[in-house]
Amino acid sequence: MTTAIAGTNRYLAEFERLERRSSTRTPAWLAELRRAAMERFVERGFPTTRDEDWRYTNLATFAATPFRAIDSVASSPVAREAVPRPFGPNAAPRLVFVDGRYAPEHSSAQSLPGGARLSSLAEAISHDEPLLERHLAKHARWDDNVFAALSTALLEDGVLLHVPAETVIAAPIEVVLLATRSGVMTQPRLLVVAGPHSRFTVVERYVGLTDQAYFVNAVSEIAVGSGASVDHYVVQEQGAAAFHMATIHADLERDSAFSTCGATFGARLARTTLGVRFGGEGGRASLAGLYVTGGRQHVDHHVTVDHAVPRCSSRQLYKGVLDGSSRAVFDGRVIVRPNAQKTDAAQTNKHLLLSDGVEVDSKPRLEIFADDVKCTHGAAEGQLAPEAIFYLRSRGLDERSARRLLTLGFVREVVDRIVVEPIRGYLDRALEARLGTDSKEMR
Amino acid sequence: MLSVRNLSVGVDGKTILRSLNLEVRAGELHAVMGPNGSGKSTLAQALAGHPAYTVTDGEVTYLGRDLLAMPAEERARAGVFLAFQYPIEIAGVSNAAFLKAAINEMRAARGQEELDAMEMLELLEKKLALVDMDRSFLSRPVNEGFSGGEKKRNEILQMAVLEPKLAILDETDSGLDIDALKIVAQGVNHLRRPDNAIILVTHYQRILNYVEPDRVHVLFDGRIVKSAGKELALELERKGYDWIKEQPAPVQPAA
Repeated sequence: MTTAIAGTNRYLAEFERLERRSSTRTPAWLAELRRAAMERFVERGFPTTRDEDWRYTNLATFAATPFRAIDSVASSPVAREAVPRPFGPNAAPRLVFVDGRYAPEHSSAQSLPGGARLSSLAEAISHDEPLLERHLAKHARWDDNVFAALSTALLEDGVLLHVPAETVIAAPIEVVLLATRSGVMTQPRLLVVAGPHSRFTVVERYVGLTDQAYFVNAVSEIAVGSGASVDHYVVQEQGAAAFHMATIHADLERDSAFSTCGATFGARLARTTLGVRFGGEGGRASLAGLYVTGGRQHVDHHVTVDHAVPRCSSRQLYKGVLDGSSRAVFDGRVIVRPNAQKTDAAQTNKHLLLSDGVEVDSKPRLEIFADDVKCTHGAAEGQLAPEAIFYLRSRGLDERSARRLLTLGFVREVVDRIVVEPIRGYLDRALEARLGTDSKEMR
Repeated sequence: MLSVRNLSVGVDGKTILRSLNLEVRAGELHAVMGPNGSGKSTLAQALAGHPAYTVTDGEVTYLGRDLLAMPAEERARAGVFLAFQYPIEIAGVSNAAFLKAAINEMRAARGQEELDAMEMLELLEKKLALVDMDRSFLSRPVNEGFSGGEKKRNEILQMAVLEPKLAILDETDSGLDIDALKIVAQGVNHLRRPDNAIILVTHYQRILNYVEPDRVHVLFDGRIVKSAGKELALELERKGYDWIKEQPAPVQPAA
């Protein structure tokens, strides 16, 4: 058993408060689930760097920082202007949460086509919908992931998105999670159930409106039914001192397609634990991420793709731009199980190092137990080529603009994968604003 | 327009150009020829301001300004253009975005407004026709996956778009088939006006069948060893470069 860092007691106290205030309204299965998860969390504790999965990400500062759930601090309303505009049309379906609390006044959960359902999890729990017991905490494993265990133990609210069979939803469905207060911890939980042959896009958007420390522990579970196609995006713009822990897990049934693309900009420490598991033949998964870091930011991606069945394909493309004395960790694990013949898996992880003070730990892990498979991986890190900088300068761009254009070019490969135009456009603008701009270059 | 006096340039501590002199007036087209390793590309790169080329002696005056004191981008904004011998591939940056950034830098330097999207497209389409490229070139990443000929045409496209006062073409004609060569020549001739000048650095006489130089210089061992009219190019074509090597070095003007 790995040595744990102290600091779980506060969370146990939160759990006891949650049990007291919700005991009468909680279905028995959920109460039992929470208890089991809390036990697991306390038993494991926060991992140290001696844990292989946390070798390069030190949680000591995080574990020593006290966070409280929102019910123990007075919540404050957020002005409409502070809520980011939707990527899509203004009337696009979206749920907005402020410091973990559902904010119906900022949401537009109007009826979706084909009986699709977008609602707060708390509401679904109050009706004890059968869908919940079947899926909640069944996809994101919490026995070996303490953050998933903590989320499950403190599970109270979040988002349920259920799209029935054959239903196609064109507009991206947005979940917006605003953080406004220091010292707060939230446990955003997203459950997405895609019926057979359904097709839609879901976006998680994290926005920090405070530069003080807070803790967001997000867990997203996505069940992709046979023949369904789900596109998932995460745009993370947390505050500078935030701790952002994200667990994303997708289970793919036969002939389904799942894509996820994460843009990571904020937080002092951001960890994404992403898992994809193929449960039926013919599945396709595209996993992409871009991260832009500076200062002392630390961004960690742990990706696991489990080819448990034959004839599935997975593509990973992760690109990071590091400046200041920031640090990036990438661990990409591809498991091809003994019967998973005709697996086609590819993984690419590239870093652009803009300063001498940055550090990268990139580790591909291919665990291949089948023989008729195609698996490739590539990792690269480097600086901007001086010849390319001179080429641009010889065309009138100053060094700063040249570096900026080349850096934008480096991440373009990821941005170009985004098929939803408003999201791609938003990221283009966000990247242009973040990558070494000054007033002159914005001209 | 351009006055190069006693220019000595080294790279990696090795001297390449030795007290080179060259005078180029507005409206002129000069061909700089010479065997491999004579310093042709060094001259082109040094004039464009490549930081790896160190000027150890001499001076260069361009339109009355001290060219050597200007960083590369300032030279470009002042109208100096280098068509690269080996154009650089830039992943993820479309030709259109690249040209747009360059055009707007130039316009800003001249105190002109930025072009709007329509004006930009009109300008680019007009210039594309000049180098026989279609619109798809604009959306492709700069030089990435371009053939050798396409890269050279892309340089000429940039030159046509940026309308430099002094264009330096570094072996733009090398490795081109006859059709591509004619397109490059057409781009050069299009740029020729009484108020600008062109330096054509080339190993071969071939392009001079389509572009008529006012002066031809032979560069050897870091110096211009012979200068004459266009007939010199034909002589070089006939006799090769070996006879040049026996020529006495020209008398240097007083410093």
